[in-house]
Amino acid sequence: MNFKLKDIGPQLMTVIAVVLVFGFFTYNAQVNMENRGIDFGYGFLSQESSFDVQFSLIEYDGSHSYFRAYLVGLLNTILVSVIGIILATILGVLVGIARLSPNYLINKFAAFYVEFFRNIPLLLQIFFWYFAALRALPLPQDAEAMFGISFLTIKGLFVPAFIWENFNIFFYSIVAAIVAIIVIRTHARKLQETQGKQTPVLLISIGLIFILPLLSFLIGGVRLSFEVPVLKQLATTSFIYEGGVSLPPELIALALSLSLYTATFIAECVRAGIQGVGKGQKEAAASIGLTQNQVLKLVVMPQALRIIIPPTTNQYLNLTKNSSLAAAIAYPDLVLVFAGTALMQTGKAIEIVSITMFTYLSLSISISLFMNWYNNKIAITEK
Amino acid sequence: MSKINFLKPDKSNLYTFLYLGSFLFFVSVLDVLLNSFFSLNLTGFLPSFLSFLLPLILGFIGLYFIRIELSGIKQLDLLNKHINTNNFNAVLSLLIIFIILKSIPPILSWFFIDASFAGDSKDVCTGTGACWTYIKVWMRRFMYGMYPNGEQWRINLSFIALALLGSVGYFATDRFKKYLTLYYVVIYPFIAFLFIFFFISGGPVFFDFSYGIIAAILSIIIGFFIPSKFKFYYFLIVPFALYVLLKYFIFYEELVELGKLDGLNWVETGAWGGLSLTFIISFFCLIFCFPIGMAFALGRRSGFPLIRYISIGFIEFWRGVPLITVLFMSAVMFPMFLPADFFIDKLVRCIIAISLFEAAYVAEVIRGGLQALPRGQYEAAKSLGMGYWRMHIFVILPQALKLVIPGIANTFLALVKDTPLIFVVGLLEIVGMLNLAKTNPEWLGFAMEGYVFAAIIFWIICYAMSKYSYNLEQKYKTDR
Repeated sequence: MNFKLKDIGPQLMTVIAVVLVFGFFTYNAQVNMENRGIDFGYGFLSQESSFDVQFSLIEYDGSHSYFRAYLVGLLNTILVSVIGIILATILGVLVGIARLSPNYLINKFAAFYVEFFRNIPLLLQIFFWYFAALRALPLPQDAEAMFGISFLTIKGLFVPAFIWENFNIFFYSIVAAIVAIIVIRTHARKLQETQGKQTPVLLISIGLIFILPLLSFLIGGVRLSFEVPVLKQLATTSFIYEGGVSLPPELIALALSLSLYTATFIAECVRAGIQGVGKGQKEAAASIGLTQNQVLKLVVMPQALRIIIPPTTNQYLNLTKNSSLAAAIAYPDLVLVFAGTALMQTGKAIEIVSITMFTYLSLSISISLFMNWYNNKIAITEK
Repeated sequence: MSKINFLKPDKSNLYTFLYLGSFLFFVSVLDVLLNSFFSLNLTGFLPSFLSFLLPLILGFIGLYFIRIELSGIKQLDLLNKHINTNNFNAVLSLLIIFIILKSIPPILSWFFIDASFAGDSKDVCTGTGACWTYIKVWMRRFMYGMYPNGEQWRINLSFIALALLGSVGYFATDRFKKYLTLYYVVIYPFIAFLFIFFFISGGPVFFDFSYGIIAAILSIIIGFFIPSKFKFYYFLIVPFALYVLLKYFIFYEELVELGKLDGLNWVETGAWGGLSLTFIISFFCLIFCFPIGMAFALGRRSGFPLIRYISIGFIEFWRGVPLITVLFMSAVMFPMFLPADFFIDKLVRCIIAISLFEAAYVAEVIRGGLQALPRGQYEAAKSLGMGYWRMHIFVILPQALKLVIPGIANTFLALVKDTPLIFVVGLLEIVGMLNLAKTNPEWLGFAMEGYVFAAIIFWIICYAMSKYSYNLEQKYKTDR
């Protein structure tokens, strides 16, 4: 062991500085809390919250605990993030491909979209959709039905609810179909590698995923019916739809603006990824006789995905974190419910802000761990 | 003239196909054009569904007819190559043309034709278009927030002065070029700070101006007699020591009077707002987050494990949490961590929070640049006998920063776009002011105009920044 002062000195100084800063903060926090008569602790989580939340995925009202309120907020955050990620991915991939189109009009249209939406602050876009665009929607009583079953009104989007009988059988049939497809795929790949035989995997997969659930309807006793929202008069001028599923306008505005905004970044990632695949690769693939689709599927996409995934993961993380802007339009997400209302009621600033931050940290870390795993899976395995 | 097969346009009947195709195409475009600009429906006699689809069908057939390869007509070949390569592309091109034609009239009429510009009350806004009167009336609030009307010249003057001082780099002759970095990194921010705190704010907020000035002048004068070997440490310590000495031990009452700029009223930071606050916050956060980020990027690449882990912890923590919770923390949690009688202004807390937050992103960007440099650069610098700091300052960082100009520009853009979030702590920059104006009972119902106005402003700022960063990137691009 050869310890040198030269090596230890800077580290020791940094550590002492960090410890001093933290010590200073904790000491002050203790003194301040003593002065104000606040005690530190997470016991309040089990107390009755006594506030209501407009929109929640699980059963909740004022008689539930703060922890339940936290769960409501967390689930709402996850809901809007998942919707946003799905929409942003679809839109982003489409726009990214359109950016590479040889068609001048499509290309410029996509470029315009990207330049337009990514240069405007997200918060402004959320406000625009929520306070300006969605406010122009009709009142419930004036709304025209879309396809006769769903209604887009100023009070939100009302869509029919599915009412299942024996839903578990249907669910198992889908799981069975997916398992069967995976088994067939691995088998087909093995067949191709050992014997060179090709099996029409796609056709079989499509058949399975339709036939098995259909069978569950025919012989499994699964029944599906719809509950269409119906207009109901609350007062002389106040109407609302009852039944079905209602998505509040806050959720629509938030999901819309998050996905429109993030899609521009994803589009750029996709474009960079596809452009990053060397021209020689495509030409080589074409010269060994692959069709245009095969070139895309077997040569370009696997390589492009490797470039696309890391920055896209970052965008997913950003979207999840940006969903906290929900607080600005009163969508009851984690920040609004927990770091807003619950904090106001309990006054436990340190505990609540730390829990909120920790939650976002773990969300971020779990998404990035998953994406790292996926990235490693598709990375080049050198033989 | 050979036989015509209408399912297969070919070159032998070029002109027949060309005339027929262009005719059909122009008819379809004309139909949409008349429909959207003059609300004339040429195909009104048809069933509504058919009348709706007819332009698309006609245009599609037209484009199909003129899709003739190697026709020998330059324009036609260009057209085919760019918008008409195959059926799918033809349909998409048509759809985009139609969407553009359809959307121009409503946008034009909303923005200009039906919009009201004159007057200064809500009564003039009766049309269906935008009410720009609203923007006009509220302009001062959107630009300066609650800053008193009579004092707004202070903001204007400061910004003009700072813009002029900032443009010095363009006029500097070669003799002064080498001092530009020092000027922009140290002197210019300091001047900006002085302007904002003593001119816009109009009073001693942190420390008394006069002590600082006297300490600075004294230490610079004494500095000439200090051997250059110790100058660095001298300037690190003496000015602050002098300041403390002056403030707490030597003069007190006499200098307090000098420190006050009479004639300027003090405007508390709570009243600042609007676009000028956006600029102030972005400016200071840009200046602060860059060195902090650089320090943590170097820390993350450091050979000392403890420093590395602390840097990783810092970076990953800030990158993992949303800015809004950071601002929440600065608003409700941070005061708990300070001594009871110690008060930091809301705006300053905000700037610290945003700077730390963005510093983590800057750190990651710079780390990317450091990693992208070939090892040979480090080894070459070391073999010349350079130490850690000399190696980084003269060899590594200049190259690494050049590499990451686009990344840093993106981070700065994100910073500018994040400034509206300060509504969390109750500071109202332009978006916050819009929301406030929107709820004014006299001006209800003009949310759209306000947001469009702010969107245009932000778009111009951000687009200009990204173009500027692109120019910088091209300017400093070196082949290696």
